[in-house]
Amino acid sequence: MANVLMFAEVRGGELRKVALEALVAARRLAAASGGGAVHAVLAGAPGVGAHAAALANGGADQVLLLEHDGFAHYNPEALTATLAERLRGGSYGYALFSATAQGRDLSPRVAARLRTGLAPDLTGFRVEGDAVVGEHFTMNGKVVATLALSGSPALLSVRPAAFQPAADPRPLATEAITSAADPMASRVKVTALRQGNSGTLDLNDAPVIIAGGRGLKAPEHFRLCDELAAAFGNAAVGATRAVTDEGWRPHSDQIGQTGRNVSPTLYVAIGISGAIQHLAGMRTSKTIVAINKDKDAPIFKVADYGITGDAFEVVPALIEAVKQAKAQG
Amino acid sequence: MKIAVCIKRVPVMEAKFAIAGDGTRVDETGLKWDVNDFDLWAIEAALQLKEANGNQGEVVAISLGPDAAQEQLRKAMAMGADRAILLQCDRPPADGLAVAEALAAELAGGGWDLVLFGRIAIDSMNQMTGPMVAELLGLPCVTNVCKLAVANGAGEAERALEGAAEVVTFPLPAVLTIDDGLNKERLPSLKGIMAAKKKPLDVKPAALGAAHVAQVKAALPPERAAGRILGDSAAAVPELVRLLQTEAKVL
Repeated sequence: MANVLMFAEVRGGELRKVALEALVAARRLAAASGGGAVHAVLAGAPGVGAHAAALANGGADQVLLLEHDGFAHYNPEALTATLAERLRGGSYGYALFSATAQGRDLSPRVAARLRTGLAPDLTGFRVEGDAVVGEHFTMNGKVVATLALSGSPALLSVRPAAFQPAADPRPLATEAITSAADPMASRVKVTALRQGNSGTLDLNDAPVIIAGGRGLKAPEHFRLCDELAAAFGNAAVGATRAVTDEGWRPHSDQIGQTGRNVSPTLYVAIGISGAIQHLAGMRTSKTIVAINKDKDAPIFKVADYGITGDAFEVVPALIEAVKQAKAQG
Repeated sequence: MKIAVCIKRVPVMEAKFAIAGDGTRVDETGLKWDVNDFDLWAIEAALQLKEANGNQGEVVAISLGPDAAQEQLRKAMAMGADRAILLQCDRPPADGLAVAEALAAELAGGGWDLVLFGRIAIDSMNQMTGPMVAELLGLPCVTNVCKLAVANGAGEAERALEGAAEVVTFPLPAVLTIDDGLNKERLPSLKGIMAAKKKPLDVKPAALGAAHVAQVKAALPPERAAGRILGDSAAAVPELVRLLQTEAKVL
């Protein structure tokens, strides 16, 4: 039996959906290794404790609450010290992180501090004897590697959207903890958070992604993507590298090899040819729709449904049809 | 400025991969190799910093890998790095910590102002070596750097997050991992390629750390079943919406 320490990601004072996903993974890990407890670390400025109830509802047996002004922004050095100290205590067999920019910054620091193993960005895992065996994309998403992780504590991070948040309520049990290092004395200081397109869903949180490529021909035509996203209501808008390199959309919207990896329930590719660099970032989407004039475009090889027509004719019709379907649904 | 840039030799990803006979890794027969994309942007960042400081100091490219990785180190020198070090091993292990320990052993006590990495190696997709090396060396670390300014022994960077960015300050010396969007790498000039042949390239065995992670299997993901073309105009939209509702159940 081994307890699991999981790190609940907070950004700008808000608990991220990936934290609830990681919690589901942590519960599975605890169950697979003999039924240990799941402790969730929740760190932030005073007030962040309001999210403890969501963590208890998602399956945290105990919420370790670290409230301090020094954690108003992500504080990697103080968090590394604090997590390493908890893990050194010996009661945890595993630590679990989200494989996000934050989790992939923090988990290697903790692993190196403890000289222990880290299996990153897992899409699934099981426990076999003393080892965790999990799947991890390599070769730009073209090869799935199975990693065997041994040692204790063993550190894992799980890919966003690989696990679905689920209610698994426990009685709320919160323990206030203190930072193992002065959070105001960190050498690396986050001084500001610049949120992206405020009011819209993040690409990793959105069940539906509308992505536009160079086939849209000009930045102003992205309003077709924005309008289709608005018609769905639960959608985010992404773009190809060609588009972000042109400056039509911000770099943070780029999906693909050098950008974001996404796997939404529905991915609608508009005017995207489907270069392998782009496919690497979206091929694990559940359902893919492609709209492109060029019937030989490689995007149609991965699309479940394709329309080989002019985006400027097809997309407005699709916007109206989705609006109608939503109104009836 | 004395800057180390850690780079990796990776397969060119346009390849059609096959799995090797032992079932644990890709078959390397016929693969082409290049410097990892993100590492090219790290090299470029180092060269720009050196140039902005009146070309004072040096840029040293370091790679852990097989003898063949000398080719990638020569490319870094052709771009402008002053010298290179190969930490030689048959094949980089799957465990990022084992690699980080070898790199940290080489970098320790080197008097570096900055140690740069690419954000992620697109072959292993581990994305951990940079912050691990920082931790082993006790240095401040900023990952996913997409904007950077360095002056007077300190730096300010922007870290790319999912759909957002953080502004981060840090003192030198520091370890940074470079993300897409910071710069575009320069192409080696003919003069650079000629000069690179004469620049020093040290080869020494990699002092790999103990491994806690092993790659026990490699497999190609299942191909997506061939999709359907519903039509070539807006007339296909009603059928698309019907399928999204009844078959894919996503609308």
